[in-house]
Amino acid sequence: MERGDVRLSTGTAAPVRDGDPSVAVPERASRRSGRWARLLPVLGMLPFFLYVAVFLVLPIVVLSVEAFRATDPDTFEETWSTGSIAAITEGAYRRAYLGSLRLSVICAVLGAVIGLALAVAVLRTRRGRLLRRLVLTASGVLANFGGIPLAFAFIATIGTQGVITALLTDTLGLGLGGFSLYSMAGLTVVYLYFLIPLMVLTITPALEALRPQWREAADNLGASGWQYWRYVGGPVLAPPVIGATMLLFASSFAAYATAKALVGSSVPLVTLQIADALSSNVTVGSENLGKALALGMVLLIGLVMIFYAWVQRRTQRWLA
Amino acid sequence: MTSLTGVAGAGGVAPETPVRPGRRGPGAWRFAVLAVLGLYFIVPIGASVWFTVRDRRNGGVTFGTYAQIPGAEGFADAFTRSLLLAVLTVVLSLLLMVPTVVLVELRLPRLRTAVELLTLMPLVLPPIALVVGVRSVLAWAPDYFLNTPLADAFFALQEPALPWILVLVYVVLALPFVYRALDAGVRGSDLKTLTEAARNLGASWPRVLVSVVLPVLRTSVLNAAFLTLALVLGEFTVAAILGFETFPTWIVRISGSAPKLSVAVSVLSLLITWALLLLISALDRRRGAKENS
Repeated sequence: MERGDVRLSTGTAAPVRDGDPSVAVPERASRRSGRWARLLPVLGMLPFFLYVAVFLVLPIVVLSVEAFRATDPDTFEETWSTGSIAAITEGAYRRAYLGSLRLSVICAVLGAVIGLALAVAVLRTRRGRLLRRLVLTASGVLANFGGIPLAFAFIATIGTQGVITALLTDTLGLGLGGFSLYSMAGLTVVYLYFLIPLMVLTITPALEALRPQWREAADNLGASGWQYWRYVGGPVLAPPVIGATMLLFASSFAAYATAKALVGSSVPLVTLQIADALSSNVTVGSENLGKALALGMVLLIGLVMIFYAWVQRRTQRWLA
Repeated sequence: MTSLTGVAGAGGVAPETPVRPGRRGPGAWRFAVLAVLGLYFIVPIGASVWFTVRDRRNGGVTFGTYAQIPGAEGFADAFTRSLLLAVLTVVLSLLLMVPTVVLVELRLPRLRTAVELLTLMPLVLPPIALVVGVRSVLAWAPDYFLNTPLADAFFALQEPALPWILVLVYVVLALPFVYRALDAGVRGSDLKTLTEAARNLGASWPRVLVSVVLPVLRTSVLNAAFLTLALVLGEFTVAAILGFETFPTWIVRISGSAPKLSVAVSVLSLLITWALLLLISALDRRRGAKENS
């Protein structure tokens, strides 16, 4: 609309220029306001891009560069070095990466499957408007319930002094069957508490977009339930489901607060290793190690995102 | 479904009734899923409440732990600091994002993809990686800029009483939520037509912003504000790595000496967050009802 205005004003004003000069004044004014009108929005966007550049891009760039710096333990001289990068690919750090990846993959897959099942179960319930609203509202609330309070809620429930632990061991004499909250399995149980609602929230719109007509058309053509999901429902749902799974993966990969409050550093996880490296004042250069570990996390997430974009392109093409 | 069988019957061949397995069945798996998950989600909350109110010595129920919270050492400081940080984050992210979202919608739709991608980045980027980067940048002050105004600015940002650096990082972490809330509001309201109408009726741009854009976005602004509040009140990673004491880091600090108190505070913070988020969904529903009528 704005561009149309500009063209209109210059178009009508051009022939006037040689004539009465007093008519040309609004023309010049409107041209100036036209230039301003085009420039102002760009200026208005500057704060956003500047902010993102300074507080999001700059820290990551600095991190990526300084991960290749090393401090000499004796002279405190800084040099370029790949020492930190090499160090994080072996030993305890390698185990931490593998532990984080394993935990995140398990959590993402379990969260996606259970969340999908819950979303389908809720949407399929007839006359279930109240139930649907309840589950969606609860999901919105619980998906944001991560971090410290969640960890303490689980400690109070199935921790060593937990209410359910006491109930199972003292009253029923069963015990937790070797399950410990302060382990990989325990973390999985805790993470799923916010991952399942996150899955329900992200996947419900996609499930609602599955039109009943498609199902009816498939039924009329004699398709079985399996065939419907294999050739219609599945392909349509695949991109959003994969996308949501990636989101769950990223959330559990990045989770630090819950793990810190629950297991301290007894479970090998990258986030815990980074915090340890940064808080250690004893070893010179551990700061660089923390940067290298963080850079590794960024790169892994980047790889996952590239894989995700590739899968999305594949499925888009398949759908078209 | 019933009408379809009639249509198919026109050919004279008895139609195969399209009964979907599972759809018409008792749906036992559905109830199993709902029951098991219902337990999974309710038990930890119930158990934490019980953990804090049971009286082990005399039996029965006591709310003594909750009564201790306001007077607990460090609680008032940490909680008011977190609240202040949350309010500042809300204000700053709205100041930053409302103009951006409105401009993208009205004048620069070509930038939409770029803005969308940038605002989604904090959703997948691990906060701990971001904060390690922020720490590296902050370390420049003593390393390279010592005794310059820039270094003084860096140190001012890290004032332990009110660490502005946390506000600046939290705005980044809140970007995905704020952007999506505002974007949904802009898209759902057909802002373009409304502003064009206002402009055609002779309203100036500032007037359009104040009398058209802001009222239209009111619900989504509130939505964004509550989500950001909830996010900041629960944020632990950034504050812990940068070494500031906020509400969540305070809970962790006292958990060793007062486990019951830490659980009670967790339950309380849970209730605060829930109240905020339930308020959002109530607002959403009211807006939905208004649009339907």
